[in-house]
Parts: sequence; C-alpha cells; structure tokens
Amino acid sequence: MAGLHTVLRQGREVLGDAAVIATRNVIRIKRVPDVLVFVLIQPLMFVVLFAYVFSGSIDIPGGDYREFLIAGIFAQTVVFGSTFTGAGLAEDMQKGLINRFRSLPMSRSAVVAGRTASDVVYNAISIFIMSMAGLLVGWRIRGSLLDAAIAFALLLMFAYAFSWVMACVGLLVPTPEVVNNAAFVVLFPVTFIANTFVPSDSLPGPLRPMAEWNPISAITQASRELFGNIPAGTPPPDAWPLQHPVAYTLIWTFVLIAVFAPLATRLYQRAGSR
Amino acid sequence: MTPGVEAYGLVKRYGSVTALAGLDLHVPTGTVLGLLGPNGAGKTTAVSILTTLVTPDAGSARVAGVDVLADPAGVRRLIGLSGQYAAVDEHLSGSENLMMIGRLYRLPRAVVRERRDQLLETFRLTDAADRPTRTYSGGMRRRLDLAGALIAEPPVLFLDEPTTGLDPRSRTELWDIIGERVTAGTTVLLTTQYLEEADQLADDIVVIDHGRAIARGTSDELKRLVGGEHLEITVANPDDLGRARTAMEPVATGAFRIRTDRHEISVPVSGGAETLSTVLRELHAVGVQLVDVGVRRPTLDDVFMELTGRDATEDVPPTDRVDH
Repeated sequence: MAGLHTVLRQGREVLGDAAVIATRNVIRIKRVPDVLVFVLIQPLMFVVLFAYVFSGSIDIPGGDYREFLIAGIFAQTVVFGSTFTGAGLAEDMQKGLINRFRSLPMSRSAVVAGRTASDVVYNAISIFIMSMAGLLVGWRIRGSLLDAAIAFALLLMFAYAFSWVMACVGLLVPTPEVVNNAAFVVLFPVTFIANTFVPSDSLPGPLRPMAEWNPISAITQASRELFGNIPAGTPPPDAWPLQHPVAYTLIWTFVLIAVFAPLATRLYQRAGSR
Repeated sequence: MTPGVEAYGLVKRYGSVTALAGLDLHVPTGTVLGLLGPNGAGKTTAVSILTTLVTPDAGSARVAGVDVLADPAGVRRLIGLSGQYAAVDEHLSGSENLMMIGRLYRLPRAVVRERRDQLLETFRLTDAADRPTRTYSGGMRRRLDLAGALIAEPPVLFLDEPTTGLDPRSRTELWDIIGERVTAGTTVLLTTQYLEEADQLADDIVVIDHGRAIARGTSDELKRLVGGEHLEITVANPDDLGRARTAMEPVATGAFRIRTDRHEISVPVSGGAETLSTVLRELHAVGVQLVDVGVRRPTLDDVFMELTGRDATEDVPPTDRVDH
C-alpha cells in the first residue's frame, strides 16, 4: 500500500500548494477590484443595449427578449471571464513570478490549478453582478430554486473548464495584453455564432449547425431551461446538443479539462526555458 | 566535502545563439563565487540551469551533491533564488509575499511566521510589512526578493545580479546582508556586471564571455591581471596623443589603451596621486592640453579589455586600438 500512501501524500501537497496560490489570487481580486469593473463593463453594456435596442426587433415566440437574453449574457460572461486566467498567468510570467515559483520545491501543477480555482471565485462574483443587472431589466428565475442552483453550478463548471484553455494561451504568449486581444478576436465570434443573443434557428445557412453544436449554445440552452426562461409552447430544438444541453455541456466540460489541464501543466514546466 | 555547486561542460543553445558553450563551475561549500560578465555573456542562463529552470543541452551539474537533471525537485529544496527582476507580487504586502513563499517551501505556518518577522526586521521592512509592494522603492523590493530567497534558510543561494540598478546605499546594504549569510555558512553563486561587487563579496571569480569562462581567480589575481589602478587622460587635440603617450611611458605598468575617437589614453599605473602629479608636470612640460584626467580603479571593462581586447559593452573589436 506504499504506492497509495505516496499518491495520497502527493495529492495533499498539490492541493496545499494550489490553496496557497489561490489564496494569493483572491487577495489580488480584493486589492484590485477595478479589474472586475473593466471586465464587467462590456457585458453590462450588452445587457442594457441588447435589452433596450433589440428587444423590439428580435422576436421570441411566446416570450420576452430580455428573459431570453440573460442566459446568453451569462454564457458570454463566463467565457470572457476565462481571459482573466490567461492574462493573470501571462502577467505572472512577465513579472518573473513564474520563474520564482518554478525554483521552489512546490508541486508542478499547483500554480495553474490554484489560478483556475481562484478564478471560480472571480466568475462567481461576475455572475452575481450580471444576475443583479438581469433582475433590473426584467429577467426572473421562473423555475425551482434547485434548478437555478444547478444552472449556476453548471455555468461555473463550464467557466472552470474554459479557464484551463485560456491558461494554456496565457502560458504561451509574452504579455497579458496579447491574451486580451486574442480572446477578443477568437471569443467574440464564438459567443455570437450561438443562440446567446438570437435563437439559433434564425441563423442563416452554415452558421446554424455551427451554432447548434457550439458548446456555448448548449450552456446557454441549459441555463434557459433551468432558470425557466423558455416560454411554454416553444417547439423542442432539432439538434441533439440542444435537446440534451446539460449532458452536452458536461461532456465539453470534462473533455476541455482532460485535454487542457495536462497541457497547461506541461506548458508551465517549460515556461521559463523559452 | 561535497561542493556547494559543481558544473561540468554546460551547453545551452537558443536557436542559433549559443548562450553557454561548455561552462565549468566549482563552488566549495560556504564560499562565494562571483560570475562576472557583460550582458548576454550567459550568466543568467547558467543560474537558470543550476536552479532547474532550464535544461542544458549538454553537461551536468550538482547542487549540494544533488544532481540538477536527475533530481530537480531535490535541488529546489536546497536552494534560494533571487533574480535580476525582483519577483515579488506587487499587489501583495511584503508580509504576504514572504508568507506565500514560505508556505510554498512547505514549511509549517508557525515557522514561516517566525522567520518572516525576523527577515522583515533584518531587512528594515517591518514598517512597510503590510503595504502592497508596488508602493516599495526599488531597493525595498530587492530586499524583499532576497528575503524570499532566504526564508527557507537554504544552504545554497543563487543571486542573479542582485544589485543591478540600485543606488550605492542600497547596494552596500544588500552586500552586508549577503555577507552575513556567507559568514553563517551559506554557499553563494552570484552573477554581476560589477568588478567591485565581485571584489566585495566573492572568494573566487569566474569571468565569462560568450558562454565560456575566460578567466578564473581571486579578485586580487584578476586585479593583478589588469594592473590595479588606471591613469586616464583626455587630450584637447588628437594630434597630441603620441606625445602624451611618450610622456606617460615612464609611469606605465602595463599596456596602453588609446581611443583616438575619444581622444583618450588609459594605462595601468601604481602610486596613485603621486604618479598623477608627475604625469601632469610632464604633460605640461611638453605642452599637451588636457580636457580631463584621473586615476580610476579597475572595472569590468578593464578586465575585459585585458582578456578579450574589447570593451565589455561592445560586440565588435574596436578598430582604433593602436597598441596592446
């Protein structure tokens, strides 16, 4: 049983080191809350602009556009929230902190694991603020509280998985600005070719299947269902991912973590040798 | 006794650039080795390999007897690293930074607290302990960075240009602190661009250039090599350089260095002020007009000029050297 004992000890050490790093990152969120403001200004503007400018022109059969919009905003917020992970790691690298960490007898995976863990806190704060904004423009939780809790948990899990993707980006680029710019160029279209802001069946030609199989559509659809924001009498979606949005979201969550967590750890290990 | 640091034939290439071209190092336990060289000589690469941050393309190294390649985790438990760019978290306070690093060395919380308070005291940071470090001065950040490297009381310390960019007072302070650690038995490998710094701290000095050791010895040995003090004059008229040189010949103890473009002559001398006044009289007698004159202590530049025939800051050999 010596093998199991070693595995348990190493597991404890990884968690302990990751906790130290996560604590440090949470202190930073507390010290520099303006970061939160800057990152949330854009989705807040989306809420206000979309809710008031498009609510008259985008038709949600049997329902209300603002009610429809907020789940999409949540999805967009957590996807963009992942850039915080990448930018944070790129900054640590630029400032020489990653090299210091790499010279310490700490676990090799703890820096990225601690970062993605603390960014769950960041995403939770973001979603809380976006929920308040949603409530102000007329969004309501119409399902059970348990379903709503599941929806929030699902959003945070998806955000956590996506953080690992951006962690890899952050460890590959020279400055935090590059993460933000790259995120803008890639994530913006990805969050738009989805059912986030318009129903996916209103999209033209090839964009429609792209939107239907986009995991961001699935997390949006899952949120809408669980928050009870889908009007009664809406016909069920045609595409499998949107018929089983919770399962499809969970599949993506696990696949992203399975692929990008080991990759991020590898990238961290060779981060300083460039 | 196991040496603090030993390295054999370290090679590291980055693409077509050879950062290290077969470097050997030997630092006996409890001594300080100064790795002296200009920017880009390979100093930081050497430290990065020894601190397990970078894998060498060839060669081997041991730190306190532990193989850097075979057991990097073991090496990390024995070392402290303080870098050229003070790696402290600017949004955390000094106290929080030390706590974080101590915990990541996996020291018990109580031990970290005790050492943190001691180090803050020693490094005169107690008053600033709870302020975010972005409010610190450059010197304070360096002290904190060094404190982080010391929190686990590691037997081997790597200091990569610890005082570059610091004012003279902060520099002397840092030297004192490092000196105390050495007295307490710590092995130190220090990189620097300043001969004076190596002179102050190092028992042995290795001069490196283009990733290779070009000289080894104590600071006295290196100084003997460059001939101690230098007398430097700048003449008003470059046509006078020849005559000035002839007039200075009797006091010269080494090779002349003449820079026609700068109207400068530099030559090793001994005897300080006495020699200076003799030379001034001689130059006056032959009618050479001076713009500037002085006796200078040897610098890295002098060591470099002596060893490589070029300035530490240059990559191409100067074409106007008329003598060596």
